[in-house]
Amino acid sequence: MTAAGPDPDVPAIRIERLHKSFGTLEVLRGIDFQVDAGEVVCVIGPSGSGKSTLLRCVNLLEVPTAGRVLIEGVDITDPECDADAVRTQIGMVFQHFNLFPHLDVLGNLTIAQRRVLKRPKDEAGTVAAEVLARVGLTDKIKEYPARLSGGQQQRVAIARALAMHPDMMLFDEATSALDPELVGEVLDVMRRLASEGMTMMVVTHEMEFARRVADRIVFMDEGVVVEEGPPARVLDDPREERTRTFLSAVAQH
Amino acid sequence: MYAITAVVVAAVIVTADWATLQRVFLDPEIAAESFPGIITIAAKNTLIFTVLGFTGGLVLGLFLALMRLSSITPYRWFAATYVEVFRGIPAVVTLLLVGFVLPIALDVRIPGTYGPGSVGLAIVAAAYMAETIRGGIEAVPRGQVEASRSLGMSGPQTTFWIVIPQAFRIMLPPLTNELVLLLKDTALVALVLGSTAATVDIYKFARNEVADTFNGTPLVVAAFVYLLITLPLTYLARWLERRGNQSR
Repeated sequence: MTAAGPDPDVPAIRIERLHKSFGTLEVLRGIDFQVDAGEVVCVIGPSGSGKSTLLRCVNLLEVPTAGRVLIEGVDITDPECDADAVRTQIGMVFQHFNLFPHLDVLGNLTIAQRRVLKRPKDEAGTVAAEVLARVGLTDKIKEYPARLSGGQQQRVAIARALAMHPDMMLFDEATSALDPELVGEVLDVMRRLASEGMTMMVVTHEMEFARRVADRIVFMDEGVVVEEGPPARVLDDPREERTRTFLSAVAQH
Repeated sequence: MYAITAVVVAAVIVTADWATLQRVFLDPEIAAESFPGIITIAAKNTLIFTVLGFTGGLVLGLFLALMRLSSITPYRWFAATYVEVFRGIPAVVTLLLVGFVLPIALDVRIPGTYGPGSVGLAIVAAAYMAETIRGGIEAVPRGQVEASRSLGMSGPQTTFWIVIPQAFRIMLPPLTNELVLLLKDTALVALVLGSTAATVDIYKFARNEVADTFNGTPLVVAAFVYLLITLPLTYLARWLERRGNQSR
């Protein structure tokens, strides 16, 4: 990782022939996949299709069984690679927020800045205030996570990732655990991030979000990429039978 | 159940020889005589043994818990054996090992007047605390570790800054329990390793007074002093637990 920032010619995320097994269960069966710098890619598919596992392989929360993952051209599956350093370039947002309950919002936003990036306390605090303003929660800086709604917690979680000034963001079903009335505020933040040019890989069930925000949609089923393309093409004119089946099942409710 | 208890209590009240009981166990003059010494010397020593034993046990117990959770098999094996052995043998035997067997067998003499006793207590306490700490660490959700690692924090940083602070909150009630048990175990140090006028603890102090006065009152005073220390501890733990719950 150099300090020069992302090179527009090198893909932000490149995945080659990726396999992942849990015991005898093969969850990913040979994935080739790419996200360019500044691109927003939504990954859709039925539960158990391996889309979350794929996302988690991108920052090595899951270690692939075979294949390569390149982040900005650096092979992070190489055992020599410093995974911790790569992870600071990749923000991740989880389904269940995973805020640190023993720290207040400020603590959540500054701990990794201070321990990993070694930013001084006041600088980390300035960055925290900045990213908190971007998710519209400036007044919550002294609150503990337990006092926030689910939507507010998820926005703080997004701010926590942004505070590291990552080159790209991963979203793992970021709105699936939210009450329906709280989904919108989180999607709004994600939409704004996308419009600001953030590179994003988004695993989601929100088809409307995918249609409006994604540059490209990837449909996965049973551990393989079934088809991909621009949102309108994949959602309105799917070429594969499995995609059609999934989309009509989603449209039922 | 309550009826039986009431009958037993009533029987004791009616049949007890109150005059003799008071003379042997609650003599106000003897109690007054025990008091300054039992607070300024004995209680102080009991607290010193407790604090040293607890601190040592906590540090050693934390290492054992981390070893128990390690991916390195010999570490796990060592920690498991340690816990089973020192939980399985009486504290008295451990104190004997530290105080007498170790110096003879390996020529290891722990320095300091409080040294051997504190180390013995710490070894015993660590065995119990290791299991408490391990339970606390395992109770922290997996997602906390993932969130921390995804921010670039290393494994040790995650353990220190994210997992242990949360585990500590879960461990607080059982750890207080172990602190109280340890406080009572300090009485064994003087029994096994002996004591001087300077290192005498509450129990040994009371035993000496009993021997001098041929009266049981000092033991009652000792029990009262133990309660004076343990009850606030229990309340402190409850308060900390409540405060911790607010920010969850």
